[in-house]
Amino acid sequence: MESLLIVVVLFVILGFGLALVRTRAGANRQRIDKGETSAIDGNSATQVEERPSDPHSPTAVTDTLVPEAPADEDRLAEEEEEDARETPDRVPTAPTQPASMTSSLTRSRGPFASLFSRLRSSDAGIDAEEWTRLEETLILSDMGPALAAELVADLKGKLGKSPTALALRQALTELLESKFLQQSRELQFSVTTKPSVILVVGVNGTGKTTTIGKVASLLTSSGRSVMIAAGDTFRAAATEQVGVWASLTGVEVVSGQSGADPASVIFDAIEHARAVGSDVVLCDTAGRLQTKTNLMEELKKIRRVAAKSSGEVTEVLLVIDATTGQNGLRQAEVFHGAAEVTGIVLTKLDGSAKGGVALAIESQFGIPIKLVGLGEGLLDLAPFDPQAFVAALVGEESDV
Amino acid sequence: MFETLGERLEGALSRIRGKTRLTQADVDEALAEIRRALLEADVNIGVVNLISERVGVAAVGAMTSPSLTPGQQVVKAVHNELIDVLGQDTYRIRFASTPPTILLLAGLQGSGKTTAAAKLALLLRRQGRSPYLIAADLARPGAVRQLEILGEQAGVPVFSEPTTPVEVATKGVAEARRLARDVVIIDTAGRLAIDDALMNEVSEIQKATQAHLRFLVVDAMIGQDAVVTARAFDERLELSAVILTKLDGDARGGAALSVKEVVGKPIAFASVGEKLEDFEPFYPDRMASRILGMGDVLSLIERAQDTMDEDVAKKGADRLRAGHFDLEDFLEQLRQVRRMGPLKGVLSMLPGVPKELKNQDIDEGEISRIEAIVSSMTKAERKNPSIIDVSRRARIASGSGTTQLQVNTLLKQFRDMNKMMRQMGVGPPSATRSRAKSKRKKRR
Repeated sequence: MESLLIVVVLFVILGFGLALVRTRAGANRQRIDKGETSAIDGNSATQVEERPSDPHSPTAVTDTLVPEAPADEDRLAEEEEEDARETPDRVPTAPTQPASMTSSLTRSRGPFASLFSRLRSSDAGIDAEEWTRLEETLILSDMGPALAAELVADLKGKLGKSPTALALRQALTELLESKFLQQSRELQFSVTTKPSVILVVGVNGTGKTTTIGKVASLLTSSGRSVMIAAGDTFRAAATEQVGVWASLTGVEVVSGQSGADPASVIFDAIEHARAVGSDVVLCDTAGRLQTKTNLMEELKKIRRVAAKSSGEVTEVLLVIDATTGQNGLRQAEVFHGAAEVTGIVLTKLDGSAKGGVALAIESQFGIPIKLVGLGEGLLDLAPFDPQAFVAALVGEESDV
Repeated sequence: MFETLGERLEGALSRIRGKTRLTQADVDEALAEIRRALLEADVNIGVVNLISERVGVAAVGAMTSPSLTPGQQVVKAVHNELIDVLGQDTYRIRFASTPPTILLLAGLQGSGKTTAAAKLALLLRRQGRSPYLIAADLARPGAVRQLEILGEQAGVPVFSEPTTPVEVATKGVAEARRLARDVVIIDTAGRLAIDDALMNEVSEIQKATQAHLRFLVVDAMIGQDAVVTARAFDERLELSAVILTKLDGDARGGAALSVKEVVGKPIAFASVGEKLEDFEPFYPDRMASRILGMGDVLSLIERAQDTMDEDVAKKGADRLRAGHFDLEDFLEQLRQVRRMGPLKGVLSMLPGVPKELKNQDIDEGEISRIEAIVSSMTKAERKNPSIIDVSRRARIASGSGTTQLQVNTLLKQFRDMNKMMRQMGVGPPSATRSRAKSKRKKRR
């Protein structure tokens, strides 16, 4: 029950700190304003009023969605931009060869391959500098310094201080593979309830809508009937965007009015899917930074409402951009807390980023990476294969 | 989640305290912590290696200071070094002698180019310029329309036509000349740095328009890849400066340091919120704090401002100081604080909170139970808990779905806490308070 005490200590600090900092911030602002930046002023006073007075009441959350509010309009527009890449304009309408994970990753493989080819030239064991380089290479893949240091320490423990390059490569491969969860990465569907519901969530612009389109294609080709719920009611183009993907895959979209409560749109879609006998409902949601408290509350509500529908929520997929750094861990933590994430979709792995943060997320939070996005085509979505991921990182046999 | 650099250094340096001479091992350990803090903030490893020497020299100097908190001294030294790397001066747009000044925005998909374009246009308009936006992102259907909406909000005209990006940009610039606009901002499509075709396209736009200034738009959440991206765009466009976006999230934003170090170009602007006005000149000191995890206080305050009612918070603090903090106030404050998110998260952002407290598991369910118990009391009971007798207690317990024992425990703890607060003599001298008050009144 010390928590009670903590809470109260918090009030004091917050209440007083807030008043203090505000006066100080006000003074700073005035100084700055003499310059050219009137733009930064005046957000503190207005913001408080714009936010709902009580996010625990169900209406408060929807209040933020009223499209007339100027803040929301801005948000709307921003959303549109940030999810821009999701718009499938560059998406080839004719499905091309599906990208394989290794082929897409080899393009950007780089660091490990070059590290090992350097090592190959000498028969001597790994020296201290090369160990450092290995650690740096791991960090470069966005795994984070802690995990990288742990991996290197493990390798040293196993191999001694100066193993050969070949032994190191093999041990590294095995070690990386062992960091991944040993569990099924298949999307789960309900055997008893129809429809199965898949929620797709994430921060702005990671590729949620693209993922929806790709998953819809994947599921329809495996013989399931799919419906899409256009749960991103924030931005004007979101529904159209989902619509383009849907028409490519021949899937029905259920959408609400712009600015409608996303939870109710999703609920309606699920009920509709049940009525027409669809197997799966894919639910799009608006992008939200995990620091936006009321948007995270909204997500909780979506999750709750979907659970109360006649469908069964079998997957909550968190979409993570492969270029994301260590903030990916925060994203996973907060989204997991709000919506009980069941799997990660790692997108944009066709760029130069390695997506190592996904490994950090999987090993830290036990959330499996289920799918990877490898391009802008309808078929550029692959089941996540730890072996292929590691092989692509560490390099081909021929490189050593 | 991450310990701040200060906390880690305090640990590492606690052993040096009282030593008259530093050993190499002491220094190395501190340097390792600094490196790690930078890496956790997503500063590129190459950049960390480059700047850690500079930072290290400063840190060693600070470690020898006779301070009781060498950790904080080192942090301060590192902080100063980072500010130096990030650049002291505020960026100013150098306008062309013959208008219009042409600005080109480029970057990865979804980094926030279109929003940044509109925000920049608004900023310039407010400075008395007459900006003109060109929507040269034809790759996605929503882009043009979006810029049109944003342009309207910013009061800035937008040019576009469904031809090719190069043609749109060229014609747009000509149109801006005809209309005698003095600044042109060209929004381009997002592209991967390794996509040669699209990288060529942006070079073509640059060649055709001869943009005076080329801005790279970078998402603050980007990891190690920031360097690859910045370098690739700089090779093609010879960047003038960088715009950092999505700083309203909680990414540490080490990319700012990486990009600055790698391409040597200043960071001009920071996008700090969802509104068009949330765009400001870049402040190196804030960024340095943020990278070192010291910016958490700032974001805590921002979050508090977003979610809390200032008057309620102040009232609570005042009543606490005055010793009149009752359960009614408690409930009000509890609801207020919970609105900011999980208590553990809020707590972890507070500076100066002992580690033991931070690491403690706060059971949100328990907090909910407390809230339920207090909510089940009548107003009179909350004002004066001593009137709670057996039958009232039974009612409260059943009303909140708890046991009478739990109600009792809560009441007892509340009494203890009040006593403790009184002993601690919470609150500063009243003089400071009244000054702060009068200042605030003036602002309104």
